[in-house]
Amino acid sequence: MWKWFSQYAKPEKAYQLCGTLFRWFWLPSLLLILVGTVWGLVFAPQDYQQGDSFRIIYIHVPSALLSMSAYVAMAVAALVGLVWQWRTAYMAMIAIAPVGAVMTFIALFTGAAWGKPMWGTWWIWDARLTSQLILLFLYLGVIALYSAFDDKQQGGKAAGIMALVGVVNIPIIHYSVEWWNTLHQGATITKFDKPSIAPEMLWPLLINLLGFALFVAAVSIKRMRNEIVRREIHRPWIKSLFLENEK
Amino acid sequence: MSSSFSIINGVMRRDLILAFRQKAELAQPLMFVLMVVTLFPLGVGPSPELLQRIGPGIIWIAAILSGLMGMERMFRDDYHDGSTEQMLVSGMPMVLVSAAKIFCHWLVSFVPLIILTPLLAVFLNLTWDMTVALMITLLIGTPVLSMLGAIGVALTVGLRKGGLILSLLLIPVFIPLLIFATSAIESASMRLPYLPQLAIMGAILLLTAALAPVAVSYALKVSQH
Amino acid sequence: MADLIAQKLMCIKRDRVLFEALDFSLGAKQIVHLKGPNGAGKTSFLRILAGLATATEGVVKYKEKNIESAGHDFYTSTLYIGHKSGLNSALTGIENTQFWANQHGIDISQSEIIALLGMIGLAGLEDLPVAHLSAGQQRRVSLLRLWLKSQARIWLLDEPFTALDVQGVALIEKKIQEHAESGGSVLITSHQALQPHPLKSEFMLEYRF
Repeated sequence: MWKWFSQYAKPEKAYQLCGTLFRWFWLPSLLLILVGTVWGLVFAPQDYQQGDSFRIIYIHVPSALLSMSAYVAMAVAALVGLVWQWRTAYMAMIAIAPVGAVMTFIALFTGAAWGKPMWGTWWIWDARLTSQLILLFLYLGVIALYSAFDDKQQGGKAAGIMALVGVVNIPIIHYSVEWWNTLHQGATITKFDKPSIAPEMLWPLLINLLGFALFVAAVSIKRMRNEIVRREIHRPWIKSLFLENEK
Repeated sequence: MSSSFSIINGVMRRDLILAFRQKAELAQPLMFVLMVVTLFPLGVGPSPELLQRIGPGIIWIAAILSGLMGMERMFRDDYHDGSTEQMLVSGMPMVLVSAAKIFCHWLVSFVPLIILTPLLAVFLNLTWDMTVALMITLLIGTPVLSMLGAIGVALTVGLRKGGLILSLLLIPVFIPLLIFATSAIESASMRLPYLPQLAIMGAILLLTAALAPVAVSYALKVSQH
Repeated sequence: MADLIAQKLMCIKRDRVLFEALDFSLGAKQIVHLKGPNGAGKTSFLRILAGLATATEGVVKYKEKNIESAGHDFYTSTLYIGHKSGLNSALTGIENTQFWANQHGIDISQSEIIALLGMIGLAGLEDLPVAHLSAGQQRRVSLLRLWLKSQARIWLLDEPFTALDVQGVALIEKKIQEHAESGGSVLITSHQALQPHPLKSEFMLEYRF
C-alpha cells in the first residue's frame, strides 16, 4: 500500500496519474453540474418564503463547502510534502490554491447576491460571510507567498508552512467570528431560521455538490499536470514525452 | 541543561545589545502608534463618547500595524549578513534560538508599547477599568503577535521584494486576537467580568507558544535552501 | 576511509538541474579545490555538504550516517564559511567573535580573542563596529574562525580569498595547509589558483544546460 502510494512522489508517475484521473473526472463533473443546475433552477419547487431567490443555494452551498474542503486538501498536501519531502505534494498544493480561492470568491459573490433581496443590502457583516472573506485572504496569502519566490521549490515549502498555519487558524477564526457576530448582532439583522429542506429541493443540491467536488478535483488535477510540466521542463523524461506526442 | 541555558542567554544578550545600538529603529513604531491614535480624533471627531467606544479597537489595530512594521527586524539582518546560516551550521537547537529571538523582539518592541498604553488611553478617553483591561489584553496578546509575526518573517526573509506580503500573510491570522481583546475591553467598560475572553486569549497564547518556534525554525531552514 | 561522502546528489535550483548523480568523497589529509564556471553550482554543492540545503535527490553521509541523523556530531566537526561573512555590522570584531564562539560551544576569553585579532592583522581595530572596517578586514574577522574551532576536522570554504590582500591570502593558505597536514580535510572553492601542495587535488563541476 505504502509502496503504491509513495511512487507518486516521482513527478513522472504523478503526471501519469493526473492524466488518468482527469479523464475520469471531467466529463461526470460537467454532466452532474448541468443536471443539478437545470433541475435546481428550473424544475425544483419555489420556496414558500423566499420565492425564486432561494435557488442561488444550488451554486452558493456547493461552492462554500468546496472552498473549505479545498483548503483542507491543500493543507494535507502541504503536510505530505513537509513530512515525506515530496516535490509533487507541493505542486499539488499550489495547484489547488487558486481553485479554492475561486470557489471562495464564488461563495462570497453568490452570498452577497443572495443578501440583496433578503437583507436589502449587498454586504452585511454576517458571521459566515465574514469568515468566508477571511478564508479568501488566507488563500490569497498562500498564493502571493508562492508567487513571490523565484525558486519555486523553496516557494512551495514556504507556502506549505503558511497553509498549515492557516489550517490551524481556520477553526479559531471561524468560532471567534461567530462569537463576535452574536455579540454585536443588533436588531437590524434579520436572521432566517433554516427550515428543513424538502427532498425535491435537496436532490439537485446533492447532485450539484458532487458535481462541484469533481469539478474542483478535475481542474486541480489539470493544473497540477501543467505545474509538473512547467517545473520539470528541462528534465529528460518530459522531453521524451513530447517527442512521443509529436509522432 | 546548562548548555541550552547558555544558548538562550547568548542569543538574548546579542539581540538586546543590537536593539540598544539601534534605538531609533525601536522608537519609530512607538511614534507611529502615537500618531495613528492622534489621527482618529481628527478623523472621526473629538466626541468623548465616540472615542471611548472605538478607542480599544483603535489602540489594538495601531499595535498590530506598528508591530508589522518592526517585525522584519527579527531575522532580516541575520539573514542578509549570514548570521542565520552560521547559527544553522553551529548545530544549536534552532527551536530554542527562535524562541529566544521572539522573546527578545517582544521585550523590545511591545513592552514599551504596553507601558505607553495609559497615555493612549487618556487620549481616547478610556475609563480606568478599560485601561486595565486593555493593558492585560496587550500583555497576553502581543506575545502572540510576535510569535505569529516571527513565522511570517522567517517565511519571507529571503524575498527581495518582501514588503507588503508580510502584512498580507499575517493580518488574517491576527483577527481572533483582535476580536477577543476588544470584546474583553468592551465587557470591562460595562463592568462585566471579562475573564472568559482572557482565558481564550491565554489558550491561543499557549497554542502559539507550542507551535510557533517549531514553525519558525523550519521556515528559517527553508530560507537557506 | 573518507569522512564525508556524497552519493548520487542531484540539485535543482530555479527549476534548472545544476548537477545530477554526483558522487564525491572527502577524507583526511586532503585539500580539494572545487572548480567550475560561474553558475555551475559550486556554492549549492558546498551548502548541501554543510547541511544547510537539502539535495533534491541523494544523500550526504558523515561517518556512515546521514548528516541529518548524525546531527550534533556532524556540526561540531565541520566548519563552513560562506560568501556571507556572518558578522553583524553593528557589533564589534570582539563581540562578533565572542557570540560566534558561544554559538558553536567554544570557550574563549576576551584577551585570547584580542590576541587572535592582532595576529590576523586587526590590532587596534577590535573595538570598532564591523561596518567601519574594509571588506578585506571584515573577511579577516570571519576567517578568524579557522583558528577558533579546533575540533572541526572538515572545512568547507566558499571563496575565502575574496577581498583579501596578498599577505592575507598567504596567511590563510598556510593555515589550510597546516590543517590538512595535521589530518584535517578541506574543500575550497576559489577562482584564484592555489599554491601547489602534495595534499592538493582538484574537483571539477561542469556547467549544464
